[in-house]
Formats: sequence, structure tokens, C-alpha cells
Amino acid sequence: MAKTLLDKVWEEHTVRTLPDGRTQLLIGTHLIHEVTSPQAFGMVRDLGLKVLYPNRTFATVDHIVPTDQRAEPFSDPLADAMVKELRKNCAETGVTFFDLPSGNQGIVHIVGPEQGITQPGTTIACGDSHTSTHGAFGAIAFGIGTSQVRDVLATQTMAIGKPKVRRINVDGKLSPGVYSKDVILHIIRHLGVNGGIGYAYEYGGSTFDNFTQEERMTVCNMSIEGGARVGYVNPDETTFEYLRCRPYAPKGADWDAAVARWRAVASDKDAVYDDIVHFKAEEILPTVTWGITPAQAIFIDEKIPNPSDLPEKDRDTAAEAIEHMKLPAGTPAVGIKIDVAFLGSCTNGRLSDLQEVAKHIRGRKVASSVKAIVVPGSQGVASIAEKMGLAEIFREAGFEWRGAGCSMCLGMNPDKLVGDQLCASSSNRNFKGRQGSPTGRTMLMSPLMVAAAALTGEISDARKIFGIS
Amino acid sequence: MSLEKITQVTGRGVFVPGDDIDTDRIIPARFMKCVTFDGLGEFAFADAKLAEKAAGRLHALDDSRFDGATILISGSNFGCGSSREHAPQALYRYGFRAIIAESFAEIFFGNSTTLGIPCVKMSKEDIADLVALIEKTPSIQVTLDLTESKVTTDDVDFSAEFSLPGHAREPLMNGRWDSIADLVDGLEDVKARVAAIPYLATK
Repeated sequence: MAKTLLDKVWEEHTVRTLPDGRTQLLIGTHLIHEVTSPQAFGMVRDLGLKVLYPNRTFATVDHIVPTDQRAEPFSDPLADAMVKELRKNCAETGVTFFDLPSGNQGIVHIVGPEQGITQPGTTIACGDSHTSTHGAFGAIAFGIGTSQVRDVLATQTMAIGKPKVRRINVDGKLSPGVYSKDVILHIIRHLGVNGGIGYAYEYGGSTFDNFTQEERMTVCNMSIEGGARVGYVNPDETTFEYLRCRPYAPKGADWDAAVARWRAVASDKDAVYDDIVHFKAEEILPTVTWGITPAQAIFIDEKIPNPSDLPEKDRDTAAEAIEHMKLPAGTPAVGIKIDVAFLGSCTNGRLSDLQEVAKHIRGRKVASSVKAIVVPGSQGVASIAEKMGLAEIFREAGFEWRGAGCSMCLGMNPDKLVGDQLCASSSNRNFKGRQGSPTGRTMLMSPLMVAAAALTGEISDARKIFGIS
Repeated sequence: MSLEKITQVTGRGVFVPGDDIDTDRIIPARFMKCVTFDGLGEFAFADAKLAEKAAGRLHALDDSRFDGATILISGSNFGCGSSREHAPQALYRYGFRAIIAESFAEIFFGNSTTLGIPCVKMSKEDIADLVALIEKTPSIQVTLDLTESKVTTDDVDFSAEFSLPGHAREPLMNGRWDSIADLVDGLEDVKARVAAIPYLATK
């Protein structure tokens, strides 16, 4: 019978069926960071267990690290304690740690792929919901809670039910100035923030076939914002070329054998899906969120909707969003004043994101009313970007060039909004308080749209600002 | 590992209105700078409470009429967003022992089940009826019966069905909701599977 990639990977990694009907699923690759792992190591110790396969867990530090003053000890003693705790746990158990002095530290979902740890046909878990990012390589990757981090450390497995699969086809060519970020915001806008509950999203179609590996990562990253714990793209030549020669990628004869396995793991042509939806790339325009969930999104030429014009089920949340955002219904997206521009995160903090923006902002200046920061997703990204002269372009334009980390995506480090500042952000969540100030306001968009807002001081159509047609 | 068999939860209820209540809302990120879960209870909904106060309103968890509530009631897609187990840990430490909502985000549902917190789905209409009863008589005792899949109150007029998938119901009722013991039981099978998968097998 024809199978999806999910079927094949699930089957290979099934250890057994548990008494409650769930699968005891082998987790081939376990990624950890400083926030959701310390309690898990403690629980493993308390239960008298040990880390079963320390060579299958990889650690880095991202959520709490400052992106400006990086010398230790950090000024925040709690943050400092968390880094030291992870360092100690890794040293004691033999887990590989891409630590701050290593030159390879960064956001866990950027480090895994750039090291070649993220590979097709594998299962990947991490105590972070954006683990779905790794699905861009044809891995089955998902976020887990701390008790499950404990489970994976101690048994390399976890209890989980097999999801259904929704195939999401996007066909055609994106218009100039429209990016993969717009594609995923568009998908979530139409399928809802809870449309993916119980599903893995398999993304395909000619738009995805033509995407780079990094563009695929941006889409898979935000699967969880649509309620889907897992999102993936079938691996192809683009995937293999990205992985070739990366530090943890197979070498020599092992490489050829691995590529043969990776090809075979893709969904069969006649695989049957639980649901199939279609989108046309040509219909997607630059998109921004206006509310407090990622589905509250509009095209750049639209206005904030009136709750009474929305389906009944969406009205209360829309009214709540309008109150929080202090932007009345009917406000056009273009012209909304911003205070902060944030370029970075596991969604859009990769080299290609920085390159695309740098290409357009050369010789331009950030508006004097805007604080603009660029946070490379990893030390690896930062180092290449600096060598390529991108850092200099950003600095000259008036952006602050920072060290790698999660930064202003989540308000766990010194990079936070203040009061009700409004931030044009390339990150993934616009929840109330997400960027560190309970009254802070977030509008999600593509990196180039963030840059356009930074230069003009207001939400702007990047295609007009940068003469893209 | 022997755990409590959770067949019934009885207590007072409190309604936190809204759909898509995310885990950042349940426990803001700044409270996650910790290496244990102890003490998280007092920060549950910390910023949401402040925001309501600033708007001249009272958050349900600040409303003394609902003090001591152990059953949390909310809207759809409860617990969406971040995978942080800190969210159900904070709710548990605050005192909640069950959650009733129209629907739950998947990671939150799993995290809560692992802590022995039943998360049951009920229709919007039944939730509205239950909330109306609680608003009228906050001291009303709400009972979730996992055997019968029913929510009842000590006001005899109310009884509504809920849904809870078997893979959560059975472990809760059998005292096996924390899966670590079952997983450890399978370790020999784990080692065999590792040896059979090319990218994991030791060369």
C-alpha cells in the first residue's frame, strides 16, 4: 500500500504499542536547550535513571542568552544559573553542547540544520514547539514538554499517538516581494490556529519544490501556529545539497547510502491523505498580522477587519485583539506606526533572510523613531554574514547587529518591548505579552517587510519602498 | 511507579473566558527562568490579571467568589503556542485538578495528561450552561466522572457529556498517566530498534 513519509518514518521508529494505545516512538535525535531541560535532568536523576544514548542528544543555549553583553556571568543571575546548569548537565552525561565559546551556538532550530544533525527520515524531538522547523528536511519533528524531555533522555522514546496527515499544496510562482513567510501566514489565516490539531502538515506543490531549504524551514517552523505539531516537506535534491559536507552529515560511501534511504522515505506518489487543501502562489501578497493570534492576518493592501464582519466564532478574539493592539477596525495596514523592528528568530534568522534584506537596504537609513535590531540565528550565521559584509550594511543603515539567540521573539532575555511599543517582527508569535512587555504589540511579517517598516517608521509595502516589481 | 487512579474530580469551578488562550498567557516567559517548577503556581495568568486590573476589570482568578476553584473552564484551543510544561505545572500548583474546554492544543493536552490533569472537551453550549450555574452559585460542586464521561453538579439539573480520548482516559483511570514506567519497561525493545535503524546503529 502506498505510504506517506509520516507512515514510513513512524513505522521504522515504532518500538511497540503501549497499553493505552499510543506508540512508544523512538526519537532518533533529541535537541535540548537551557529552559526546558534542567527539570528533566533533575527528574532523570531523581528516578535513578541515566541518559541512555548521550550521543543522540545535542544541546545549545538560546532562549535566555543576552544578545549584546555576552560575557559571563550574565547580569541576570537566573539566566546565568540556567546556562551553568545546562553546562553541568551536559558535562556529567556526555551530551554534546554547542556552548557559547564554541562558535557554533545559536537557536536550536538553526543549529541542528546547519550542523547537518537534522536529516531526512529521522524523528526529532525538542522541548520547544518550533521543532516542527526540522520537518523541512523530511524529518518527523515535534515539540515536547519537560516530562517528555525526561522520557527521551532516559529511554530515547516517548509515548505519542500517530497524527493524521493533511497535504497542503501550494502551486505556482510567488510574485516578487512575496516570501515563504507570507505563504505560511496565508495558510494559517485560512486554516486557522487550531485547524491543524491532530494533523501533521505535509507541504508540497511546485512552490515548495522550488523553495530553497531555508524557505521550507520558515514554513515548517510555523506549522505549530496553525495547530499542527508536525509539518514536513518531502526531501529532494535541494535537501541533499544543503546537507552535503555539513559537519554531522554522513561522509563518503555512507553519504551515498544515506541519500538512497532519504529518497525512499518520501511519500509515495499515490499516497492517501486524510485531507488535501490547495493554495495558489499567485494569490498570496505580502502579509502582516494585526491581532493576537497568527491567523489574524491581512494582506498589506487590506484594513483591520470589523469583528462584526467576521464569522461568529472569530468575533470575540478579534475584539480582544483590537483592544490589545489599540488599532481600531478599519485601520489600513499601511501607515501603522512602529517603535521597534526585530529581524531574527528561528523563523527568519537564517543567512538567506539577512542576505535578502541587506540586498535592499544598502545606502538606506532606519527612521529615527525606530529601534531596529538584527539578531543572527546562530554564531555560524553571524560569522558568515560578517565575512560577507552584511553586518556592515545593517550597521550603516542604523540597525544594531547582535549576537545569536532567540532575542526579542519571546521576552526571556534583555531584548524586550517596553510598555505598549509596537514591533514589526520577523518572528512567529504575536500573542499578548509575547515580546516581553504585557502591553507590547507585535505585528508579524517577512524580513523585508520588517526592513521596510524600519526605514519608514510605519508598516509599509516593501515592494514599493524597495522598487520591487 | 504507583500513581493515583483518577476516576473522578470534584471541586469548585472558575471560568476564564476566551479562545486561543496560549501558554504565554498562562505563564509568561519571564517566570520560566528557573531550574525547578516549584513556586510557579502564584504566577499563573500573571499578566492577564494585571491587564484586567488596568482596564478596571477583575480577572476570574482574582475574583474572590471563585477562590479555591480546582476546575478551570475555558474556550477553544486552550493551551496553544509554546510547548512549555511550565503552563500545566503552574495551573497544577495553583490548585487546578481538571480543565474543561471546547478544545485543547495538542502539546498542552499531552503535558497536562502526563501530570494527571484530565483535559476534557465539552460543547460550547454545555460550557455556557455550566458557567451560568457557577456564576449564579460559585460554591456549586462540579464533578467530572471519567467512567461516565459526564460533568455533573450538585445542582441536580445539570449533566453534560464530555469527550476524552481513550489514550488519556485509560492511563488516568489506571494510575499510569505518567508514561515513564511503561517506557522503561520497553527498554530491551528500544535497544533492538536502535540497532536496526541505519542512522542510529553503532558502526
